[in-house]
Amino acid sequence: MSKSYLRYFLNKLAWLLVTAVFAFILNFTLPRLMPGDPVAAITARIAQGMSNTTGMKEVYERYAEQFGTNKPIHEQFLIYMKNILQGNFGTSFSQYPRPVADIIRASIVWTIALQFPAIIVGWIIGNALGAMAAYLKKGFDKVLMPISIFVSNFPAFGMAIILMVIFAVNLKWFPTSGGYGYNLIPNFSWEFIWSVIVHYQLPFWSIVLIIIGGQAIGMRSMSIYELNADYVKYARFLGIKDRVIVRYVFRNAMLPQITGLALSIGTMVSGALVAEIVFSYPGLGYTMLNGVMGQDYPLISAVTLIITIMTLIANFLIEILYGIIDPRIKAAQAEEQGG
Amino acid sequence: MIHTLRQVFRSGKFVTGFVIFVSLLLIVLIYPLLVPDDPLAIIGLGTFFPPGIYVNVYDSVNVSPYTLNLPDATTKRIADKLGPKERQDMKEFLLAAGIPEEEIDIEDTAKLLDLWEKNYDPNKNIEGMTLAKMRYYQRLNNSLKGLLATEGLIVALPNAQTGQLEQVKVIEQSDYANINEVPNVRVLPLGTDNFGRDVLTELVKAAGVSLQIGFVAGLIATLIGLVLGLLAGYLGGMVDDIIMFFTNLLIVIPSFVLLILISFSIGQDKRGAITIATVIGFTSWVWTARAVRAQVLSLRNRDHVNLSRLSGHSTVYIILNDILPYIMSYVVMALILQISSGILAEAGLSILGLGPRTTEVPTLGLMMNWAMIYQAHVLGKWWAYLPVLVTIALITFSMNLMNTGLDQVFNPALRE
Repeated sequence: MSKSYLRYFLNKLAWLLVTAVFAFILNFTLPRLMPGDPVAAITARIAQGMSNTTGMKEVYERYAEQFGTNKPIHEQFLIYMKNILQGNFGTSFSQYPRPVADIIRASIVWTIALQFPAIIVGWIIGNALGAMAAYLKKGFDKVLMPISIFVSNFPAFGMAIILMVIFAVNLKWFPTSGGYGYNLIPNFSWEFIWSVIVHYQLPFWSIVLIIIGGQAIGMRSMSIYELNADYVKYARFLGIKDRVIVRYVFRNAMLPQITGLALSIGTMVSGALVAEIVFSYPGLGYTMLNGVMGQDYPLISAVTLIITIMTLIANFLIEILYGIIDPRIKAAQAEEQGG
Repeated sequence: MIHTLRQVFRSGKFVTGFVIFVSLLLIVLIYPLLVPDDPLAIIGLGTFFPPGIYVNVYDSVNVSPYTLNLPDATTKRIADKLGPKERQDMKEFLLAAGIPEEEIDIEDTAKLLDLWEKNYDPNKNIEGMTLAKMRYYQRLNNSLKGLLATEGLIVALPNAQTGQLEQVKVIEQSDYANINEVPNVRVLPLGTDNFGRDVLTELVKAAGVSLQIGFVAGLIATLIGLVLGLLAGYLGGMVDDIIMFFTNLLIVIPSFVLLILISFSIGQDKRGAITIATVIGFTSWVWTARAVRAQVLSLRNRDHVNLSRLSGHSTVYIILNDILPYIMSYVVMALILQISSGILAEAGLSILGLGPRTTEVPTLGLMMNWAMIYQAHVLGKWWAYLPVLVTIALITFSMNLMNTGLDQVFNPALRE
């Protein structure tokens, strides 16, 4: 690893830490900024139908103790950070007495296994289509662009619902919900793995389709821009083969698309979470829905934090990769080695 | 200005998007004048009535009938109760009851019914038949009673003194009521939803509210983004560093997650439509700020800006007169995108159950949420969710078409 890449890497790593701390602060402060006493609100929700005032008071005090709301704010933040770094997110309200960390551990695998491949596949297909549209123009472009615009503006849950109605409800090719058959217990049998694969298809493709649209539009604009650039005209003038030029053009158009992926990964993750909800896929999105339904504050707070941190890490990884590919950073490296 | 507008309206994409959008807007504005019903009034007792014309049965019985001798009336009447599927089901039952297959002719209605009447036994237990199927056969049997009768139905009223039924009138099979003479007819073009509300009226209202949410969210986001972008780009230095630091922070933190956290923290009771719109606006300005800053950076050292600065104009004056007009086209495009993403954000939040509180106004997201909770998509009640999806898609699609059109006008590299 050269010096300049190391500097780039450390810079990005520092940024990851700063954003993570900011995410912790937001996650900590936002619920506390709201008017009213959050613990009182929580107790009121839990104690619905409880007529015993001493009982209510006890519940209140227990939660005040747990969240530390009876202490000064900086001490509260220290407690919060200490708990999070130890992986202690408290106890779920809706699935009492299951610890929140336990619920998240069970669902995070599903989310990563679903979203990571879906986003990558969608990104690759979308970019390939966009580049083709820019290069081929005419018929292909005329068909692909309106479809892409339409699809990318279609709400993520809408795509999920339509795929579900067509392929699960009407054609019955795939199941409507869940991550595996409801009659199965997770194990390493073929039956279970097959069930997981079958349940995987619809959520996966609904996420992929949504991402394809947006990426294709972006890549098309970038490619058209590059195709009209002076160096392309000059290369054509020199009589360089089209195939060679196209390779340069798309390599250049690709770079902003990678930055774009880093910046829009948050949006993609949000869309994917909603797709999970539609298919009751047992990932973080569905867990969050259950948290909202059950007014489960610790669960929601933990899920939003985990999603944010996951997004930050994904963002970090893409930028690290970008640093390896970007010719400008490469050039800087070469210069350093030469000098 | 006029020249720009003329150019914009020459773009096919923009005009298509504009026409769709304005038509939607007109429907939202005009429909409530034509149908002044309360969009959230519960009119249906039951869930998901299919779309159609609902004729009051009581009134149509009382309307003086016309006799029409239509040749296919009987066939239609029978086919309604006894379609190909029912015939097949009857055959299955008869086979299970031990009737040889060659005796069963499912095409011959009279014979089939005769055979059915002789052999059907509601209590017969056929191996492997579920309870649901048994109930189905009982219902089928009931609906077949009197299917081949040619007499009319008798309408009777209890006598006020004796309580005995007295015949009021006979409704012949060839009696027809003219729908124009029936006083109570209600057209439900999109049926009713899970609460028994008229979906179309609700949808129009919801589209209006969602558009409002989109506008408020879009305006707030664009305004914040514009001001911060202008300040960061024009002033530079410390201000730029601080603003960009926060912008870059918020760009990597998914705004949807922030939105969820805030909405949940606000609590169900305090979440009105406009509150949600404001929250959406405050979480989605980052892109605009970044882009505006980039544009201002490229503008701020142009000759006309420098000249203005030399002439001693104030910063505010320069920003308003020498910078803003140049990025206006961009800001309008950003606003359009913000509105459409604001509508989508509301829908996404509502799907999660974190949308506006449910008692006052419908929104497109809430309608989706209700349809999903009541499993409309699994039950095949398409009218409860598909029109909502189509409306959302039309709004966002039309706005993005307008945006693409504008982009092509102002960014000549993208023109075809």
